[in-house]
Amino acid sequence: MTVSRPWRIGLRVVGLGYLALLLLVPVGLIFYRTFEHGVGAVWASITTPAAIHAFQLTLEVTAIAVPLNTLFGIVMAMALARGEWRGKGLVNAIIDLPFAISPIVIGLSLILVYGARGWLGGALADAGVQVIFSVPGIVLATIFVSLPFVVREVTPVLKEVGDDQEQAAATLGAGGWTTFRRVTLPSIRWGVAYGVVLSVARCIGEFGAVSVVSGKISGQTETLTLLVEKRFSNFDLAGAYAASALLALIALGTLLAMTAIKPRREEGDT
Amino acid sequence: MSALAVRVGGTVSRRFHTGALGLGVATLWLSVIVLLPLSAVVVRSLDGGLGAFWDAVSSRQAVAALRFTVLVSLATAAINVVGGTLIAWVLVRDQFHGKRVVNALIDLPFALPTIVAGLTLLTLYGPRSPFGINLAYTQVAVLLALLFVTLPFVIRSVQPVLIELDREMEEAALSLGAGNATIFRRIVLPNLVPAILSGAALAFARAVGEFGSIVLISGNIPFRTQVSSVYVFKLIESDAPTSAAAVSTVLLLVSLAVLLGIRGLGHWGARHDR
Amino acid sequence: MISQHVRKTVLALLALAALAVVAGCGGSSDTAGGSDVSGGGNAKTTLSLVAYSTPEVVYDQIIPDFQKTAAGRDVGFKTSFGASGDQSRAVEAGLRADVVTFSTEPDMTRLVDAGIVDPSWNRTPTRGLVTTSVVAFVVRKGNPKHIKTWNDLLRPGVKVLTPNPFSSGAAKWNLLAAYGQASHAGRDPQAGLAYVRKLITDHVPVQDKSGREALSDFTGGNGDVLLSYEYEATTAQKKGEDVDYVVPSDTIKINIDIAKTRTAPPAAQQFLDYVLSKPAQQRFADWGYRPVNADVLAAAKARGLFPDPPGLFTIEQLGGWSRVNDQFFDVDRGSIAKIEEDAGVSTAK
Repeated sequence: MTVSRPWRIGLRVVGLGYLALLLLVPVGLIFYRTFEHGVGAVWASITTPAAIHAFQLTLEVTAIAVPLNTLFGIVMAMALARGEWRGKGLVNAIIDLPFAISPIVIGLSLILVYGARGWLGGALADAGVQVIFSVPGIVLATIFVSLPFVVREVTPVLKEVGDDQEQAAATLGAGGWTTFRRVTLPSIRWGVAYGVVLSVARCIGEFGAVSVVSGKISGQTETLTLLVEKRFSNFDLAGAYAASALLALIALGTLLAMTAIKPRREEGDT
Repeated sequence: MSALAVRVGGTVSRRFHTGALGLGVATLWLSVIVLLPLSAVVVRSLDGGLGAFWDAVSSRQAVAALRFTVLVSLATAAINVVGGTLIAWVLVRDQFHGKRVVNALIDLPFALPTIVAGLTLLTLYGPRSPFGINLAYTQVAVLLALLFVTLPFVIRSVQPVLIELDREMEEAALSLGAGNATIFRRIVLPNLVPAILSGAALAFARAVGEFGSIVLISGNIPFRTQVSSVYVFKLIESDAPTSAAAVSTVLLLVSLAVLLGIRGLGHWGARHDR
Repeated sequence: MISQHVRKTVLALLALAALAVVAGCGGSSDTAGGSDVSGGGNAKTTLSLVAYSTPEVVYDQIIPDFQKTAAGRDVGFKTSFGASGDQSRAVEAGLRADVVTFSTEPDMTRLVDAGIVDPSWNRTPTRGLVTTSVVAFVVRKGNPKHIKTWNDLLRPGVKVLTPNPFSSGAAKWNLLAAYGQASHAGRDPQAGLAYVRKLITDHVPVQDKSGREALSDFTGGNGDVLLSYEYEATTAQKKGEDVDYVVPSDTIKINIDIAKTRTAPPAAQQFLDYVLSKPAQQRFADWGYRPVNADVLAAAKARGLFPDPPGLFTIEQLGGWSRVNDQFFDVDRGSIAKIEEDAGVSTAK
């Protein structure tokens, strides 16, 4: 539909107005506060040994959690959008649950299962594997909280696109994998891209659950969000904002990376 | 992944792309990552027996917190449905300077640590607000904080679908003389509904569990601006972990019900349309 | 095709990420160019210090000092700071710790009950304490409302901020001070509870989750006075926060505990000894903590610091921690819990 000009301007104003109030002003304030004392101070703040370690740890955890959840997401999305099977509605609802539970409780639930006195913790300890208060625990918590995104982004797109092309490919003799690779995957590209973007943003921004399971050992299990909180506690607001700027940079970088591949059409060029 | 194609007289009917193995693995992953820890919480909540469970979840503060949490989260989801769809539309179908910058900023409220979000909201809408308003310690403040952190969900859900939307139907309707409002209502919107509901469900779920960004500006006043996640935190810090687990279990069940309801809306709407 | 501009940006970001991952060795120090206290590969022993959050600035100085001494030369450190209750619960749940320090005794008792800390931890010359402090009023610079006494808090229109004692164990000291001064150190419980009731119901608009957040709330413009610890006020001032503080004449003595765990190596005892020695205690004093080392305390008092409030009382006079926790702070039956619930009702619309 081609929207008439007055409508277009009207929608733009309302939409951008809402965004300005809710997003642009707060984010602008954050950037202002970050660079208030100059870029030099920010640089010094994000190159302390603790900050560098936190940055590496956050990236490391994200680099493990996101691909796993993407794989899960695509498989589950295919099953939800294309198949009919018992329990689909329930599974559908369970997928959204990781959010509804308070992050502190997520952390505690992981301790209940993998902690020293937890269900699996004892056995794991005997095998020499420490999950809680160590990096694997942080990874588990991060996977937990970022689970739904790729599924949720890809499923509606799969439904929208429909399986006509896939059926056509099948009639032409393409096998399952080829069909997936050359027909399905390109059609869900934007869903996957935005799903990854949201997942990464969630992983790097996670605080509550990680705070409980990490043990906050400086230089070992301290992620960027934990570093922000520590700096805040120590009245180092400038440092807290600087570390947040790093997080913002990672989020922006992910979006740029995922949307850099432009489609051939002019449409949807964001 | 094997495609189980059922050929009936030469035509291909319903297919199940991922195959049993793929679905099985995915469900196993879901169970280990999500169900296992959640069931640990439920089991823990019953540590003191059903009586203690009931006492914990029926206390005045628990009930008030639950009611406020669910209501404010539903409001958040509802506002996001309208606002988010609108913004997604503007980002996909409109062109203006700075669009790429705006698009890039959408995920930020979500990537930033909640303490930073909380501080910022306090500065903007608290006693020292440059706008001259003071929303600190009000229920509106909680709503504002939740809208901030759930901003990306509906937008990012609708964007990919809008991008993939087949314009032919719209053009056909236009050539048949349909007005924009009709086209939107009867052709575009039905296609967006699954995505909108998907995003709304995510926004609701996130709002229910949100904690860090609310605390500074809401004041966590019991019976007024205290949300369930903060109440649970108080229980944990007061060495009442069983009660905390109990309240969390109830919160989880209520959320599950609402989420099933939101998706049920989608099915009902779809059936209604056909 | 990918536009040139976008391609360059993406490559730059990837390069930055790669640089961070490959180059820069992370460490535990959070000061620009700061030395890494973890000790790297040279350390013969590593001590894990699990502490509550405020003294991080002090330990950031004490630990490198210790590592310059003969006893600390080959000792590496792993440090973890966080809210007192959370840290104590983490150690109980398995967080490796050799030296622990908390701001309330129940957090230490929890570890004694779990068998992690020996029950004799407080049978030391300093009774298990590393520093002490007092509850103080944090006010705006210049004290525009002239808040000096506990009765001033009850003046009409005065808004008092104090963290929620149920979400911040350390915040219990504030309400205990309020109770203690009104009840004449516990002798008149009715009067004490009446004061606390009036304070919470009429003068406390909100109770933030933690002390640090309450301070943020205060500096963000809310409230006229904040109840806090003396050392939190001085630390905040040293870090540039625009506040003043007043020590009322009646207040409670805050005990900060320290102990080593049962599984700690011998170096832990040497670190404990160092922390209680003159140089380390002087570090504490510089940040506003009242040292337990008699010489350092005397020297500071001679300089005018750490005045003795005439009406200073202790938690022992109020019945000791376990009694107090049950009587006041039990979530269901504690008297302060009741006051809070009732206050909720009266302020709810």
